[in-house]
Amino acid sequence: MKKIRTPLDRRQITKLKAGERVLLSGIIYTARDQAHKRLVEAIAKNKKTPIDLRGQIIYYCVPTKTPRGKAIGSCGPTTSARMDEFTPVLLKAGLKGMIGKGTRAKEVIAAIKKYKLVYFLTYAGCGALLSQYIKKAKPIAYKDLGPEAIYKLEVKDFPLLVAIDSKGNNLYAVRK
Amino acid sequence: MRKISTKKIQDKVSALCVQANLVLRKDVFGTLRSAYAKETNKRAKDILGAIIANARIARKKSLAICQDTGLPCVFVEIGSEVKINGDLKAAINKGVVLGYRKAYLRNSIVSDPLLRSRPKYSPAVIHIDVVKGNKLKLTVLPKGFGCENKTQLKMFKPTAGIAEIKKFILEVIKSAGPDACPPYVVGVGIGGTADYACFLAKKALLRNLVHVSRFIVHRLEKDLLKDINKLNIGPMGLGGKTTVLAVNIETYPTHIAGLPVAVNISCHALRSATIVI
Repeated sequence: MKKIRTPLDRRQITKLKAGERVLLSGIIYTARDQAHKRLVEAIAKNKKTPIDLRGQIIYYCVPTKTPRGKAIGSCGPTTSARMDEFTPVLLKAGLKGMIGKGTRAKEVIAAIKKYKLVYFLTYAGCGALLSQYIKKAKPIAYKDLGPEAIYKLEVKDFPLLVAIDSKGNNLYAVRK
Repeated sequence: MRKISTKKIQDKVSALCVQANLVLRKDVFGTLRSAYAKETNKRAKDILGAIIANARIARKKSLAICQDTGLPCVFVEIGSEVKINGDLKAAINKGVVLGYRKAYLRNSIVSDPLLRSRPKYSPAVIHIDVVKGNKLKLTVLPKGFGCENKTQLKMFKPTAGIAEIKKFILEVIKSAGPDACPPYVVGVGIGGTADYACFLAKKALLRNLVHVSRFIVHRLEKDLLKDINKLNIGPMGLGGKTTVLAVNIETYPTHIAGLPVAVNISCHALRSATIVI
């Protein structure tokens, strides 16, 4: 299976095709509903976001508490569609990719195509399994949100499926 | 009267929270394995394999099956000959907090639905029923919200036929699509009042997936299972014949003027644990 590393460059991303399975290593960041709302608000006010979004990948995930002796607790993807209204702003700000579960709004698909980005799926409801591919996890921003804080994750061979590629091909649309 | 202490209830609820979140129900695990064996779509089979591996890892390494450790729903059946000294609901909520803390589960409950404060572990949603006898039955169902969000209720005319009910249930599954973590378990409540049908739909998820209902319901369950699995939604909504693992229907008498039908979907990680004291 193809292996890729963060930060992803444009050449790497444009080679990814919808339906392709890849293993990702490197750094990714978690963020979901409330963190998205804050990031978008910060951008709207021309304020600096707590993480530099340029070239990064966001994973729609809020893990459980971290059990003693483990890098992270259960940490599967949450439904991407809830982030759709915020996503185009983040993509414009330089975000390179997203990991989640489920379909995306057409505005998001259009932005992915426009900026040549990528949307990945990973195994939904498999948080225990996915925790095995995460080597380090640390909350780095919006810590007052508790579990919804932004975590910096170091992953090794994290299993992904390309759902929407840089040409706008959508696995959910083509499978039918 | 048989006395049961709130301390005992608290401890049992705590243990049930841990068990439900870490150890996948045997009937759910078994149904996933037979779905894996039957699935012919390559991608669907790969995903089902990951789901099965996930349950094994969760159990072996004491990790939550899913990071959404749900809104804890607690079902209590109190025998009429049981006396509980103290505050039952407080004991249940304390048990939930202790269990969720102990197993490093997620605090997903906001105290105010509108103000959305920092999440906590409790309170649980508690359903209490009084039954005959001197036993106390406790069940914890941690309900993930990706699937809870897909719940639907429809108040049919009393003259509506089975075909219309089937169509509605199929539409609910179609509209859930890939979003609520298929393959699903579908809980259906038919009859009662609007609120009671919703309760029955949730309660239906507690029933063993391998069971035989009374004739008319069993036929409806079997037909729906077959029809839904033809929708080609499949695991993660990426196609395949495994869209639902089971359809569980609960019924109750209703009014001559109505026919409430509620559908409560569970993701593939249908988690619950029960104890009888």
